[in-house]
This record gives sequence, C-alpha cells and structure tokens, in this order.
Amino acid sequence: MLVHLLIVCARFFAPYNPNEQHRDFPFAPPVRVHFSDSRGRFHLRPFVCLWLVDGQQAGSQGYRNDCGRASPIRFFMRSEIMREGNIQKASWHLFGVDAPGQIFLLGTDDYGRDLFSRLLYGGQTSLGAGLFVAGLSLSVGLLLGCVAGYLGSWVDDVIMRGAELFMALPWIYLLFAVRAFLPLHLGARQAFLLLIGVIGLTGWARPSRLIRGVILSAKERGYVLAARGFGASGVSIVRRHILPEISSVALTQAALLVPQYILAEVTFSFLGLGVGEPEPSWGNMLASLQTYSILEGHWWMLASGLALVPIFLLFYSFADSLQGCFQPFGLSR
Amino acid sequence: MKHRVRFGRQILIVGSLLVFGVSALAPRVAKSEEDIRIAGDAAGRRGGRLLASLRSDPKSLSPVTAVDLPSKQVLGLLFADLIHINPYTQHTEPALAKSWKMSSDGKHYTLELRHGIHFSDGHPFDADDVVFSFKVYQDEKVHSPQRDLLEVGGKSIQVRKSGPYQVDFDLPQPYAAAERLFDSVRILPRHLLERAYEEGKISQVWGPSTAASEIAGLGPFRLKQYIPGQQIVLERNPYYWKADPSGTRLPYLDEIAFLIVPTEDAEVIRFQAGEIDVLSRIGADNYATLERNQRARDYQLYDSGPGLEYDFLFFNLNDLSSRQLPAVSRKQEWFRRIEFRQAVSAAIDRESIVRLVYRGRATPLWDQVTPGNKLWINARIAQPPRSLIKAAALLRAAGFIRRPDGVLVDAHGQTVEFSILTNPSNAQRTKIATIIQDDLTQLGMLVHVVPLEFHAVMARIFDTYDYEAAVLGLESGDADPNPEINVWTSGGATHVWALSETHPSTEWQAEIDHLMQAQTAILDYIKRKQAYDRVQELVAQFDPVICLVSPHVLVAGKNTIGGLKPAVMGDYVLWDTDQLFWSTNVAGKR
Repeated sequence: MLVHLLIVCARFFAPYNPNEQHRDFPFAPPVRVHFSDSRGRFHLRPFVCLWLVDGQQAGSQGYRNDCGRASPIRFFMRSEIMREGNIQKASWHLFGVDAPGQIFLLGTDDYGRDLFSRLLYGGQTSLGAGLFVAGLSLSVGLLLGCVAGYLGSWVDDVIMRGAELFMALPWIYLLFAVRAFLPLHLGARQAFLLLIGVIGLTGWARPSRLIRGVILSAKERGYVLAARGFGASGVSIVRRHILPEISSVALTQAALLVPQYILAEVTFSFLGLGVGEPEPSWGNMLASLQTYSILEGHWWMLASGLALVPIFLLFYSFADSLQGCFQPFGLSR
Repeated sequence: MKHRVRFGRQILIVGSLLVFGVSALAPRVAKSEEDIRIAGDAAGRRGGRLLASLRSDPKSLSPVTAVDLPSKQVLGLLFADLIHINPYTQHTEPALAKSWKMSSDGKHYTLELRHGIHFSDGHPFDADDVVFSFKVYQDEKVHSPQRDLLEVGGKSIQVRKSGPYQVDFDLPQPYAAAERLFDSVRILPRHLLERAYEEGKISQVWGPSTAASEIAGLGPFRLKQYIPGQQIVLERNPYYWKADPSGTRLPYLDEIAFLIVPTEDAEVIRFQAGEIDVLSRIGADNYATLERNQRARDYQLYDSGPGLEYDFLFFNLNDLSSRQLPAVSRKQEWFRRIEFRQAVSAAIDRESIVRLVYRGRATPLWDQVTPGNKLWINARIAQPPRSLIKAAALLRAAGFIRRPDGVLVDAHGQTVEFSILTNPSNAQRTKIATIIQDDLTQLGMLVHVVPLEFHAVMARIFDTYDYEAAVLGLESGDADPNPEINVWTSGGATHVWALSETHPSTEWQAEIDHLMQAQTAILDYIKRKQAYDRVQELVAQFDPVICLVSPHVLVAGKNTIGGLKPAVMGDYVLWDTDQLFWSTNVAGKR
C-alpha cells in the first residue's frame, strides 16, 4: 500500500519533473545524504554535497563530491518553473534542495534526468499497467469462463477452443504487427492504452479456463442443484451461488496476475514497443542497459529492475495470504 | 541537357560500421626489374599475426560484385588500385600506376604502370589487366557498383592500352580531381577471370565458398582460409610491390585474421579480453568504458577528431501532391518556411548533443563539411550559439503564435506537432532525437520521437515519403566534394529531404545545383573551393538539412602494434596494414 501511495503521489514525493534534463549532469551517481559534516558535527537537517564534474568532458571523466558547498535538504518546498522569462512557483514537493545544489537520490540517466523521480513516475505506468491489465483480462476471463462453464455444450467448446488459440498467439509478434500499422506519432498515452489493450485482450484465456473449472465443479454441488430444483433462473444461480465461490479464486488470481503483467509491460517497453521516450516506465528505463558500456559502468541505472523484486515479492505474499484467508471455507483451487 | 556526374555513395548507419582486424624470413628486394614503391619509415619488423574483426560475413570476395562493408574491408587488403587516396593525408598517391600525366584540357590522362610486378599467385601484371578490369566494371551487363563511378557527364571513360605498361584514359569532359576516380577501382587478374567474363559468369565468381588458391590480387595480403561465420585468415602476399626504405618487402605482418563478431559490444568485450588486437570505429560510450578500464593498459585509445560523417535533422520537403498523405502535406506548410527551419536550428542545443550523446567526442556542425575534411571546410561559416530568443523571434516573424498555455500554433490556430523518425538500432541517433524533442518543447512545439526498424525508416524516407522529420547520418567516401553531388543537387539519389525534386524548386536550390555541377569541371583548386564554400554557406543559411554534429573517429589498438596511424576516412585503422608491425618479439604469439 505504501509503495502504491508513493507512486500514486509521485508528483509530491519526486523532487523533479521526470522529463527534466539536467544536461550538466549526465550519469551522475547516486548522491549520499549526510547527517554529519567533515568535522564530525551532527546536523539535524540532512544535507547533500555538490556534484562537480571532474575534468573537461562530462560523462567520460566522472564526478567528485564537493562537501565544502553543501546543500541542506529542505522539506515541503515548492518547485519553480521558468515561463516566458518569469519564475513561477509550481507544485509542492516533499523534499528538494536549493539551486545550484542537486539531489539525485538514485543518480541520473544519460540525459541527466533524476532516476528517483523517473522511478516513481515510471511506477505509475508500470504498476498501473499491471493493475489495469490484470483487471481487464480477469473481467473478460471471468465473463467468458462463467458463460462457458455454466452453459456447457457447444458454447463451452467454442470459448475454450478460442482460449487455446489465444494462448498459442505469439504476443510479441502480435504487438510488433499492431505497432507497424499504427500512425507514426503515437503519443505516450495512446501507446500505453494500446499496450494495455493488447496484453489484456490476449491474457483472458488462462483465467477463463481456471474459472470455468471452478464453475464446472460448483454447478454440480448440492445447493446449486437444489436451487435449480426450486426453479431459480440461470443468472440468479450464477450471481447468488456460484460467483461468491469464485470470488476468492479470482482475487488470488488477480494478485498473481498483476506482477506477471507488470513484467509484460516492462518487457515490451524494454524492447521499445511500449511507452516511448521521454515518458518514463520501468521497462524503457531499463532499455539503455542493453548497451555494454552502461551495464558495465553505471550500476544505478538498474534501479527500476531492482524495484521489481520487492514489488513482486509483495504481490506474491499478498496472493499467499489471500489464499490463506479463503482456505478455511474449504474452497477448491 | 543536364550533365551530371554520378557517384556511388554510401549511407552509413552510424554506430553499426566497421572494425577490422588480422604471420618468415625477410626477403630483401632483389629483382632490379621490379618497380617497387618505397613506403613507410623503416621502423618495422617482420612477423606476427594481427587479429581484427568484421561485423558480418563478407557477401562476396569479388571486387566486381561486392557492395557490403565487410566485403570491402577484406577486398581492400587483397586488391590494389591504380591511384590511391591516402586516407591520412587525404591526397592521392601512386599505387599500381607509378606516375600519371593530365593533358592541358584536362580530358586525357596517361598512366604509367609499375614494371615487373606480380599478382599474389605469381602471374605478371601489365596493361592488359587494367584494360580488362575497366572493361568488366564498365560492362552494363555485369551490374558492377563501380560503373556509376566511371561515368563523367553521363558518358563512360574510354580506356586504351598504349604500351605494355601504359594506359590512356579519355574523359568525355574535363573533370576536377579525376585521378581520385581511380581510387578503389581494384585491378582484376585477367588470367583468372577472362574466361568467366566471356562466358557471362563474372558476377558469380569468387563467392564465399571459393578455394583460396583461385583468388589472386595485387594487395598486401592474399586469402589463406575462410570459415564462414567464424573467421577469414589472410597471409602475406610475397609478391607485394612495396618495400620499406631499408629494402624489407612489405607487409611486415605474416597474417591478418578477421573474426566475425556481430556487435560492437561483443567486439569491445573481446578486445578487452585480448582476443582482438584493433578496434576501428567504436562508439563514444564504449570508448569511455575502455578509457575507464585502461589501468591494466596494454592498449592505446585514439581520438582522431571529427571524421567525414555528419548527423543531421531534416524535414520532409518532398512534393506530395501525387501521394495520399494529407497529414504530412499540411505540416509541410511549416517545414517549407525558411524561418521555421532556422528557428529549429537555432533552438537545438548542439553542445548538449556533443556532451550527452557523444560524451564530448564529437564536434558541433552548422553545415555539411566537417573539420575532419581539411581541404574543403569553409572556416567562415557562422557558428551561432543556441538561442531560444532568436528561435522564438523567427517563429513570430513567420506567423507562429505561442498560446497562453505555452503551446505553439500556426497562423490557422493549428498546433505545431510533428514526429522525428529514428532507428533504435542506432542508440546515438535516438538520443539526438530525444534531445531535439526536449529543445523544441521549449519553443512550444509538440515533438514525438518514433523509433522504427532501420529498413522501415529507409522505406519511408526513400520510397513512400510518409514521414515528417528524421535524424540521419551520412558519411562521404572521400573528402572531395564530387561524391557529395548526389546529396546536394536536386534529383540526386541521396537528396534525402526532397527526393521527388527533379528540378530545383527554390532559388537557393538552383544555385546549389549550378555550383555543384560547375565545380566538377573547374580544374583549379582555389576556384573550385570558392564554389563549394558558397554551397556550404547556402546550406547553413537555408537549412535544407539541419546539420548537428560530426562524431569523432575513435579507434583502439594494442600498445605493441607499431605503425598505427588512425585516419579519419576510409578504413580508419587498417588503411596502412602493409606497414603495421608488432614492436615486441612476436615469436610464438598466437
């Protein structure tokens, strides 16, 4: 929850605009936050040292810290933007430093963009995509699974063969094909929607098969047969007796699907098929790691990849505890 | 009627180019009847094997059909030309022709060939081989890529044997720097290829499966072994026609082996592991990596400064009236405004591109001639620093308005929004486009960077014209302005921004056309330079393409390689392979 709060409120927690290029600071390493100065005195207000570009050519030479010119971290400050030559106060941020100091908690990328800010904003895209796609594929899967499982006969056959077909589809090539037919300037938002659409629509097959299985067993249960015997309609049987039974399966399934779809978004954006520059997503932030020099020399660029690990662990343990919650009621999985 | 000199020209994909790589008792040059050329400074020692790399397998080992870069890299070592352009000095120097004379009208050349020299299989070389080679290259049925090169004013150059070691060349019209035409026209062995030519099978000879003994040339090396997908091994040509001042016959190296390494990253890793001895053409990122890890330092890095490559942004100025592209046509109204292009040029932060994309290893450009081209650069071209104020003023003058929300709109209220095509296989170009995007956002323009697969980008630019703007790099094969004709004159094959334009559509284009055509017939360097200087001024002023930066030529080689003199054109490292040597004892090396 905390992670999601951080990400949803990225605008407040991130010190910079994710697309702002600090062109004097490409590949700046993560900054250290100090509490004590060089003479060992403790400061209640943490501070960061100024990065100085070492040598003539930025990037190839590296940086060094100049702690003689420390910038104290200020909390709850307002950012300033330049418009038409005037400085205007803009949004509130949890923390920041006054110019000329810079606070790059996780360092910067090749354009000098703050990775911490990009990680938070990129999370909006990646986690958002995971949640939306899981929601989309699960609802389609739920609907089709219910229909197939409950109605049976030829409807079941058609839907299940369809599901198998979808499972056999090569996603990546499908997305390549879709992308090739689209107009050139697909904005970041449209690209995002397209990504969600394609992954969501191809992803319904697995949940629908699972849900159909649960329904097949549920509809033979005594109370369902009894309800039918009393003349209950199909819709009401599904709604009152079967849906509550599958809700636990669906929820657990969702918790398992979300990380899977986050990974799907990361993969697609990594390959350049998803969200385009300059909008951040965890996938396209990793894309530059395809080159040996960055992988070899700038370890902080791995931040978004590392962020995936705790997120995935959280989701899996969440799925575990969900399953644990429902287990006492003797639900089948 | 319009005369045009047509030239072969390469579009080189920046960042996906070449890298090269490649074991006796030193026989003294004894045969006095051999016309040996003395080269180098007698510092070398014989022996050893050099390991270099190629990005892919050469498609062909025949100079008649080869078009791909790996083939050309290997062929450059197996074959020789009559007059050679020295990539280091950028001037011509005698090769198989020991001297040449030009008639006073500039239309006749007489080349005196070296006496008593032999092909790598020991067969003697004479004027018949030269006449045969030109006959093959100029034959329409052979479809050789050199054919275009050997035409002046749309007509073929006439080749005649006037003695056993003398060949006459008649040009249809005077042609400036005509001796440069002979560079890279590789002389073929008539005794091996004549029959295939008469049977009409010349284009099928010397494929990758040909036995090494069947191939012979006049270059410093000859083929020893070729294992497709793995390596090509070349050994010293014992009959090579060069020697060092002390009389040691060149080349010094016993062997050169080219390993097939498909990516630059893999090349750099293998270079660091010591599996490759030289890297020609490395990206700035990898250069920085090598620089950082130089502590163990058994290699040397060379930054030779800007090469002949220039990266540029251009807008689609094709005539789209016959094509169904209403969205692009509408935007062309902006692109055709000179002020619009000038504003874009003024708003682009070239220094940042140099710093962020090339890590300082590039030079900003305002016209097409790079500082690497020592003979033709126009030093008077203004180099204005980035100015958003000037850019905004230019846009206002052209009727564009900045809305209160900061968005730029044209006189009809239409939002200024366009896309820039790049190919993601070239990381630098995509980065350049991203920086331009950010720069232009500050003018209120909405710019999208669209990475597409390279062939898709080329198809849109060259065939369908379905694009708005693109970032591309061009590299000239020669420092001379002649190969640039195809880029700058209307109707040229690489007139990328307006390929549909067969006749000049603007006054400045007409002037460029006139100047580029006129300079080909001016034999005086100073007058020719004045004409080309004016072309550069026109390009800088009217921005048909917005020149951005010229990446530096970055190469690396083992410390112990002697004679390494990186050039900024041609094959950066392996252009003087005949003079490379191992400075330490290489007995037992590999």
